[in-house]
Amino acid sequence: MLIHPEEILETIHMIKAENFDIRTVTMGINLRDCCHSDIDVLNENIYNKITGYAKELVRTTEEVQNLYGIPITNKRIAVTPIAIVAESCDTEDYVSIAKTLDRAADDVGIDFIGGFSALVHKGMTPGYLKLINSIPQALANTKKVCSSVNVATTKAGINMDAVAMMGHIVKKTAEATKDADGIGCAKLVIFANAPEDNPFMAGAFHGIGEPDCVINVGVSGPGVVNSTVRELKDPDLGEISEAIKKTAFKITRMGEMVGREVSRRLNVDFGVLDLSLAPTPEIGDSVAAILEAMGLETCGTHGTTAALALLNDAVKKGGSMASSYVGGLSGAFIPVSEDAGMIRAVELGALSLEKLEAMTSVCSVGLDMIAIPGDTSAATISAIIADEMAIGMINKKTTAVRLIPAPGKKVGDSVEFGGLLGRAPVMKVSEFSSEEFIARGGRIPAPIQALTN
Amino acid sequence: MTSTRFIITVIGIDKIGIVASITKVMADYNVNIVDISQTIMEDLFTMIMLAGVDSENFDLAAFQKAMVGKGEKLGVEVRVQHEDAFRFMHRI
Repeated sequence: MLIHPEEILETIHMIKAENFDIRTVTMGINLRDCCHSDIDVLNENIYNKITGYAKELVRTTEEVQNLYGIPITNKRIAVTPIAIVAESCDTEDYVSIAKTLDRAADDVGIDFIGGFSALVHKGMTPGYLKLINSIPQALANTKKVCSSVNVATTKAGINMDAVAMMGHIVKKTAEATKDADGIGCAKLVIFANAPEDNPFMAGAFHGIGEPDCVINVGVSGPGVVNSTVRELKDPDLGEISEAIKKTAFKITRMGEMVGREVSRRLNVDFGVLDLSLAPTPEIGDSVAAILEAMGLETCGTHGTTAALALLNDAVKKGGSMASSYVGGLSGAFIPVSEDAGMIRAVELGALSLEKLEAMTSVCSVGLDMIAIPGDTSAATISAIIADEMAIGMINKKTTAVRLIPAPGKKVGDSVEFGGLLGRAPVMKVSEFSSEEFIARGGRIPAPIQALTN
Repeated sequence: MTSTRFIITVIGIDKIGIVASITKVMADYNVNIVDISQTIMEDLFTMIMLAGVDSENFDLAAFQKAMVGKGEKLGVEVRVQHEDAFRFMHRI
């Protein structure tokens, strides 16, 4: 037999016992040709374009899943940032466009649609402003729409006016969805250096340098990496890195194969494979568990940043050889509510917001799915965003913030979102004020690219 | 698709008639066995087959359903996966 029985059983074990899956097949769709001054025509154009390209997406993805026997968990769509598409439209509010996206998403049967987005890292056009002001109601009145706002890049610096504004928008979004513990905020990401081809939600959008339609794939597999590390007998850290590299290669190969087959069947370009390790609330399918397998008593203790740096780099090294086109976010994710190990570490008092911030300087993607007290001020939220944007800007990497100021909740409470979004313990933020700093506004200039210490 | 061969795995508690019942379903769907190996691993009956099909007029979904259904009756887990799933992962 060409393939050894042990190899066959290894693959089956990954799927059966270690939660290996292709996390998402995301179709990117350009909507720039939908522009119209009449909002009703614009909405109709958007609906027709999305349902035209994506009508076979779910069926095809399921066929490929069955052909290879590898679960493909999510089918998603990313569209051109809506602020660009709607800018020429004669309207003050873009909520109806969000509803159109939601309806199109429902009708083609996908899980999430991303791209209710604005790119304001250097300044704001009237369209961007309208979009940002529409976010709270857009997320409160839809189920599947995801929103993102890029407020910083390494080349432009940080737009602190936008950062200040986003503090208020996050609060308003929580308030508008307070009946569901502020779940709207789980669908809103604030970025530095946002990638144009990221297949993961809530931050996916179809960038302006992309083709008309494209397939991007996100793999996963913290459970597989976790088992690999735990099976090693008294390894040194070099051996752990080597084992992670090999596993990342295998996982990524599956994503590459699935992505190519889906795009071939749909006759759409294959864009990139995103090598991210995305945890789920399933026991063992956890990035925190991998760090603990390396020898930390609990995620969040001293040494966590170093262990995460090793993991993130090894995943990239193994994965980049397995795919022709790697892109998107490509790094280990540390969303607190979606990772049982992270939740446990927070509840033990081992993992704080400050440690999470340090961790984001060596991995993808940022302060992700973190619940904070509902009475946290907008200025404090903006200041948390500003810190995270600074890490992204200076380190030339993507960083993001997805915070949920859970209405009526205090430190010690927890917020239940269910499904892949999981459960978030409410974390402590600093009680000292950042009000004056945030109120100054303006831009933090782009950083110098030499003198790299 | 570069080949029309499938890897079929049957894993479960050993009992009389597993091979006969499973290969009967394969014959019904004109699925040819190219290679076969069978062992008992950790008390589990483990059979791996490399199977070839004529891709024209082959209804994979119906075949998978019949195989999984037969497996459920026998109390074993049956998977039918395209060979590429394993070649891509384990061969460069």
